[in-house]
Amino acid sequence: MNVGLPEAIAAEQGIVLYVDGVTVSFDGFKALNNLSYTVRTGEMYAVIGPNGAGKTTMMDVVTGKTRPDSGQVYFKQVHDLTRLDEAAIANLGIGRKFQKPTVFENHTVMENLELALKSKRGPFASLFFRLTPERADRIDEVLTTIGLTGQRQAMAGTLSHGQKQWLEIGMLLIQEPELLFLDEPVAGMTDAETEQTSELLRQIAGKHSVVVVEHDMAFVRALDVKVTVLHEGSVLAEGSLDHVQNDEKVIEVYLGR
Amino acid sequence: MTAASRPSGYVPLLMRLDRGGMVLLSVLAAAAIAVPALNLLMPPDSPFHVPTYLVSLWGKYLCFALLAVSVDLVWGYCGILSLGHGAFFALGGYAMGMHLMRQIGDRGVYGDPILPDFMVFLDWDQLPWYWHGFDSFAFAALMVLLVPGTLAFVFGWLAFRSRVTGVYFSIISQAMTYALLLAFFRNDMGFGGNNGLTDFKDILGFDLQADGTRAALFVASAIALAGGYLICRLMVTSKFGRVLMAIRDGESRTRFLGYRVEMYKLLVWTVSAMMAGVAGALYVPQVGIINPGEFSPANSIEIIVWVAVGGRGTLYGAALGGVLVNYGKTYFTGAAPEIWLFLLGGLFIAVTLLLPKGIVGTLSQWWQGRRGFGLRKRARPAVPASEGGAAE
Ligand SMILES: Nc1ncnc2c1ncn2[C@@H]1O[C@H](COP(=O)(O)OP(=O)(O)OP(=O)(O)O)[C@@H](O)[C@H]1O
Ligand SMILES: [Mg+2]
Repeated sequence: MNVGLPEAIAAEQGIVLYVDGVTVSFDGFKALNNLSYTVRTGEMYAVIGPNGAGKTTMMDVVTGKTRPDSGQVYFKQVHDLTRLDEAAIANLGIGRKFQKPTVFENHTVMENLELALKSKRGPFASLFFRLTPERADRIDEVLTTIGLTGQRQAMAGTLSHGQKQWLEIGMLLIQEPELLFLDEPVAGMTDAETEQTSELLRQIAGKHSVVVVEHDMAFVRALDVKVTVLHEGSVLAEGSLDHVQNDEKVIEVYLGR
Repeated sequence: MTAASRPSGYVPLLMRLDRGGMVLLSVLAAAAIAVPALNLLMPPDSPFHVPTYLVSLWGKYLCFALLAVSVDLVWGYCGILSLGHGAFFALGGYAMGMHLMRQIGDRGVYGDPILPDFMVFLDWDQLPWYWHGFDSFAFAALMVLLVPGTLAFVFGWLAFRSRVTGVYFSIISQAMTYALLLAFFRNDMGFGGNNGLTDFKDILGFDLQADGTRAALFVASAIALAGGYLICRLMVTSKFGRVLMAIRDGESRTRFLGYRVEMYKLLVWTVSAMMAGVAGALYVPQVGIINPGEFSPANSIEIIVWVAVGGRGTLYGAALGGVLVNYGKTYFTGAAPEIWLFLLGGLFIAVTLLLPKGIVGTLSQWWQGRRGFGLRKRARPAVPASEGGAAE
């Protein structure tokens, strides 16, 4: 089923996501311009870039929300993501946290996790779904990880902003995806919450491949991972945070201002 | 972790009922026993006697209540605002009407043993193919489910797969019932045109004018409403229902969790249409006629008013709204027919502005306010004030 994927890449092990030459335009404006990058299994990446650089659009392409005009997007070397819809991509094991926290506000914390819990997704499977002890344990486990055990029965809408972000991260974890995309997970958080979140993400790293989009430089530094700088829809620089921060082009378009 | 604080895997049916649902089922059970008893056993001059016309009138209200519950299932829980549910109701009604027509046999005005009067009148010499089989009650009963169900499935398949939502969906659902209205008005469609189907004689061999038959139809309507309510309640209290509400509050978010939203919508939409069909099928023998007027867009819009008045997203509130508004309609169309439409419009505006959660939503809010505790856990709004709790 190796349709169209270059032999060299197909042969190379350890690549979980392969994006090549992706262009997305909205009414002639190129939100993504010939973007290429790869994500290796079990590694964490940070993506930074000025507003409108195309960071969210890049996630939209990988998760099936937006179809690219051209380019290739392969998951685990065999799944052509440009042909699949959101649900199919999610079920392959790609999870996403949105820029604005998007939990189900009229469901309890517990129900939000139950919805996200890895299980059969069909309507009939849901009709006959039972919260077995194993499933309940799994939910408890994640509640502990995200520190919301005390809020289990609270409506998600009553949570604080930071708690909603954590709940959403918990919903990602409980889906057991292989590849996670986090869009600005600490936006609007207090310093203490930001600190807890980077702790949380460090726990996650290793078990999953993670791509974190973030503006908060202190947070990116705390993550201590490889950084990709996006600008006008393509990669401007890649490397350690120190490396990209000293890059002339990056200083000019982003950090210098 | 105590057993009580953790939901167990299996939740018995009774535990899935809320207070309103228990009241609804108790009232229905009491009515199903008391109304026929007071109608059949009390002498007509007794003050406790319930006249037969009232039995059928209330039986009709129960059918409307079932129709309202079916709309609440899709609108209140999945956010699908159908402005065409009257079509499914009417199709169920026509399926039953066709059976009742065939039951007339040679007792029609023209005495034709096979052809209904209107076909003889049109000089048709044989039964159209789609009338075959309707002489059997079992076949007709199956069609009561299958015809609205199939239409809903095909319509929903096309609409949900192309992600038609919100007001666009409402408009095409309205167009669907309008197209059927025009089609059923035509004589050559073979459904009695303008006049529809009427002059029914009996059902399952029982005289439709007999008190006993009327009482039995009332009981059947009560059972259908209770059954429909329970089916909906089972659906919405399962994880399936929580996915429906997730779709209502954040459709796109639900997709990113891996749910095929269109499959959920298709299932709940089809089940709802079949329930509406059953309501129509029980309605027709009690009112004695089905005509194309039932397809009129205004009818479908009225159902939305019933649900909004009763309380969207509670099921029992919809049933209450269906009965109350129609009771009001009967009263006012008798007392002052010319003002009914204004009243209905005024009622809708008043409820939207003053009681956005409908009668039961307002009552339960008041009740919880009085108790003043246990709010946090219980206060799940039937329908969020602002939709899009999880929209991005
Ligand atoms: N659906 C759309 N229609 C039209 N333009 C769009 C659409 N989505 C994104 N854009 C445009 O594409 C560009 C990239 O947007 P994107 O949201 O990917 O930026 P971003 O890097 O996530 O920015 P931010 O840091 O502000 O979140 C922006 O100029 C945006 O206005
Ligand atoms: Mg963004």
